Amino acid sequence: MRRTITAMVRTPLGATALALLALVLLTAAFAPLLWGDQADATDTGDLLAGPSAEHLVGTDNLGRDLLLRTLVATRLSIVLALCATAVAVGAGLLLGVAPLLLGRVLGRAVTWFTGIAVAFPGLLLALFFAAIFGSTATAAVFALGLAGAPSFARLCQNLIAGIEARDFVSAARVGGIGRFRVLFRHVLPNIGEPLIVNATVGAGGALLAFAGLSFLGLGVQPPEYDWGRLMMDGLRGIYANPLAALAPGIAVVVAGLAFNLTGESAARSLGISDDVILTAIPRRRRARAEHAALQAADDAASAENAPVLEVEDLRVDFAGANGTTVHAVRGVDLTVGTGEIVGIVGESGSGKSMTALAVAQLVTSPGTVTARTLRFLGTDPRALPAARRRRLLGTSMAVVFQDPMSSFNPTMRMGDQLAEVAVEHAGLRRREARDRAADRLASVRITSPRRRLRQYPYEFSGGMRQRAMIGMGLMVSPRLIIADEPTTALDVTVQSQVLDLLRAIRDDEGTSILFISHDISVVAELCDRVLVMRAGELVEELDVKDLSSATHPYTRALLAAVPHMSTDLERPLATLATLEVDEQRSGRDTGASAAVLGRDLDQSEVSSR
Amino acid sequence: MTTLTTRLAEDDRQLGDHRWLRFAIRRAGRLLVSLWVLITASFLMIHLVPGDPIRAALGPTAPAAVVEARRESLGLNDPIWQQYLHYLGGLFRGDLGVSIGSQLPVADTIAQRLPATLLLAVLAFAVAILIAIPLGMAVAVATQRGRARGLEVGFSSSTVVVGSIPDFLLAVALVAVFSVELGWLPVAGREGPLSYILPVLALALGPAAILARILRIEALSVLDADFVRTAHAKRLRSARITLRHVLPNAVTATLTLGGLLLSGLVAGTVLVETVFAWPGLGSTIVGSIQTKDYPLVQGTVLVYGVGVLLVNTLVDAALAALDPQSTAAAA
Repeated sequence: MRRTITAMVRTPLGATALALLALVLLTAAFAPLLWGDQADATDTGDLLAGPSAEHLVGTDNLGRDLLLRTLVATRLSIVLALCATAVAVGAGLLLGVAPLLLGRVLGRAVTWFTGIAVAFPGLLLALFFAAIFGSTATAAVFALGLAGAPSFARLCQNLIAGIEARDFVSAARVGGIGRFRVLFRHVLPNIGEPLIVNATVGAGGALLAFAGLSFLGLGVQPPEYDWGRLMMDGLRGIYANPLAALAPGIAVVVAGLAFNLTGESAARSLGISDDVILTAIPRRRRARAEHAALQAADDAASAENAPVLEVEDLRVDFAGANGTTVHAVRGVDLTVGTGEIVGIVGESGSGKSMTALAVAQLVTSPGTVTARTLRFLGTDPRALPAARRRRLLGTSMAVVFQDPMSSFNPTMRMGDQLAEVAVEHAGLRRREARDRAADRLASVRITSPRRRLRQYPYEFSGGMRQRAMIGMGLMVSPRLIIADEPTTALDVTVQSQVLDLLRAIRDDEGTSILFISHDISVVAELCDRVLVMRAGELVEELDVKDLSSATHPYTRALLAAVPHMSTDLERPLATLATLEVDEQRSGRDTGASAAVLGRDLDQSEVSSR
Repeated sequence: MTTLTTRLAEDDRQLGDHRWLRFAIRRAGRLLVSLWVLITASFLMIHLVPGDPIRAALGPTAPAAVVEARRESLGLNDPIWQQYLHYLGGLFRGDLGVSIGSQLPVADTIAQRLPATLLLAVLAFAVAILIAIPLGMAVAVATQRGRARGLEVGFSSSTVVVGSIPDFLLAVALVAVFSVELGWLPVAGREGPLSYILPVLALALGPAAILARILRIEALSVLDADFVRTAHAKRLRSARITLRHVLPNAVTATLTLGGLLLSGLVAGTVLVETVFAWPGLGSTIVGSIQTKDYPLVQGTVLVYGVGVLLVNTLVDAALAALDPQSTAAAA
C-alpha cells in the first residue's frame, strides 16, 4: 500500500487527488472543533442574508453563517458516507464470498441474485431500504450501504473467480484445506487491494448519494446537518441567495472528486484499471505531407499501351520518437503495364506493404508519402481535387488486404458491404447493386451467393472472405488490383484457389495486378515480373522466367529458403542469415548490398534527422 | 435449380429466426425472473418494516381501533402466503392497493403521475444521446492519432468534471443561473415547453458527458481497425465511413454503459423532480416514504423497477441487433 501511495504522488493526477483528499479529511477533523459553536450561533438581525464581507456565503433563516456551516458539515457528511461504504463493502463481501463457502447450488443462487440486484440503480435500492428503515441518518447509512452491496458483491465474485482459477488455490483445495482456510489464507489477501481501491471510489459515490438522500429529506434530520440537508434548505431560498444551495453542492462535488480520483489513480498505479481519463497519448510529431511538384492532371489516358501505374522515387517516412525518422520506403521505382501481374517480394519489414499502401494513397498520418512521379491511368491522383480523386481511385483501383478476418466490418451484412461500392461509385440503386454483388460473388466462385449476401462476415470461412474481398474489388471495373499478401493468412489449398482467381480475372478482363508477398514461390507461380525489396529499397527487378538465374544474393537467398521435395530434411532449413554467410564465404563480390544484408533482417533502417 | 435456391434461402431464414428466437426466449426468461424478484421484494417491503407499519403511518395519536380497522382492510391480518397470492392477483388486475393517506387507489395516483416522469426521462435520454454521439464521434475523428492535443485534454477533463456532478446538484446550479440570475426559464413546475428545458438538461448533461467520453475512446480504436482501412480503400465518402463503418462498431460498449446510465437516469428523476417540484412519480415516491404511505411506496417502487427492467431489456435487444456475432455466440 505504501508503495502504491509513493507511486501515486509521482503522477500529477495522483498528487492532486491525494492533496485534495487530505484537505477534505483535515477539514472534516478540525472544522467542527474550530467553528462548531460559531456555526450554530444565531443572529436574528441578519436572517436569510445574501453574501457579504461578514458572511461570504450569506446566512440561513436563523441568521447562521452558511460558509461555516458548510465547513462544519464536512465531518458528518464524510463520516456518514464512510459508514455507508463500510456497510456496502461488508455486505458485498459476505455476498461475494458466499459462493465460495456455500457450495455449488446455494452459491449459484447467490451469484444469480446478485446479478439481478446489480441491474437496479443504487438510488432506487436506497429508496426501497429507506422506506423500510425510516428517515433517519442511521437508517440512511444502512439503506445506502445495502444499496451499494450488490455491486461490491459482483466485484468480489469476479475477483474470486479470477483467483480460484489460479494454481495455488486449486492446490490448496486438492490438499484438503478447508474452505475458510482457503478464504482467509489465499483469497482475501489477494482481493484486498482492488477491493480497497474500489471502496475509495465507492466512498465518493456514497458521499454524493448520501447528499441526495438528505436533500430529499430522507437522511440527516435537524438539528443535525450535512451537505445534503444544507442544500435542501438552501434551495428554498434560492431566489434570495443562490449561493446558499450552491456552496454545499460545490463541497459535495469537491469531496466526491477527491475520493474518486484518489481511487482511480491508485488503481492506475496498481495497474488494475486501464481507463484513460487524463492519460495523454504520446505526442507525435505531426508530419506534413510535402508533395513533390504537383503534376497537372492530364487526361492523357491516351495510348493503349501506356502503363496503368508509373511510380518514380517513392518514399514513405514515419516520424518516430525523439525527432528520428523511420524511412520505410526509400526511393522505389515501379511500373505496372496493362494486363500485367507484377509481384513485389521481400521479407517482413522490407517496405513492400508500405509501397502498396502508398500507391493506393492509403498511408495514414504520421506516415508521409512523397514521389517524383506517381501516375495512375496517366493521372497524378495527388493533383486531383478530393472528389475526383475519390472517383478515379474508387472506380479503377481495388485493394485486397492480407487479413480477410479483420478486413470486413463485423456489424454489416456482406451484401451491403459489397453493394455500397457500386452505389457510391457506379450510381446504382441498392437493388441493382445487390444483384451485381450476387453476380460478383458467383464470379469469385462462392456458391449460393444470394444467401451469402445476407450473412455476416463471421459466417464466412477465411478463404471465402478473401474471395469475397476480391469480389468486392470487382464491383466496379478496376484497371488495377493491389493485393497485399492476399494469401498469407490462408492454407495452401485455399491459397491456390485465390491465385487461380486472380489469374483468371487478369486473363478475362485484362486487369493489372500488383501482388505483394513474402513468398517467392507464390510470386513465381503467379507473376509476370518480380521486384525484390529489401530494407525499403528495390534490390532487383527481373522477369519471372529469369528468376532461377537471379544474380542478386538476396534474391538467391529468398529462393534457396523455399524447401523443395528434394530438400534434405535432416539438415536445418536454410535461413537468410546463414545463406548470407555462405555467400560471403564463397568469395563472391556482393557489393554494397552485403552490407545491408549484414544488418538485422527484420528492421528498416532508423536514422537520426 | 430454382427449388434448390429457394430451399437454401428458406433454410437460412429459419436458421436466422432460430438464433433470434433463442435469444428472445433467454432474455424473456431473465426478464420474468427479475420481475418476480422485484414484485416479491415490493410485497415484502411492508412486512420488513420494524414494528407496526400502520401505527407508523397513522402516527402515535391514532386510536387503536382505527389502526386495527386499517390493518384489516389492507388484509395485513391474513396469513402471509394468502396476502402474497392476493397481492399477485391484484397486480394481474392492475390493482396496486389503496393509499393509507389519501384512501385513493394507488394505481390511479400512478396513472396520473407517470406521464410527467416518463416524458422527462425519455426526453432526457434522447437529449443525452443527441449530444453524446455527434460530440464523441467528432472529437474522436479530430483527435485521431494524437492530433489536436489541446482539444483532447480539454474534452477529457471537462467530460470527467461534468460527468461527476450529480444531477440534482446540476439542477440547482442550472436554476441558480438560468432562472434566478438570468430569469430566462421558470424556476419550477410543469407549465409549457420552457419548463422542460432545465429538468431535461439536469438529467441529460452528466450521462451525455460520460457517454461522449466512452464513445470517443471506443471510436478511436475502431478508427484503426482493418475494416476501416478497407472502407477507405473502397473510397467511400468520409461521412459514410464514420456513420456506417465506425459508429456501429464503436457503439456497443457505449450502449452497454448507456443502459446503466439510462436506468440511473430513470432513478435520477426522483431527485430532479424534487428540485423542480415536478408533479411526477419521483415526488410521489419521496412524499410517500416520508409519510410512510407504504402501499403507495410499494406501487411506485414497482413501477420504477419495471421501468429499469424494460430499459435493460431494450438495451440488450439493441446490442443484439448491432452485434450479430455476439447474439449468435450467446444463443
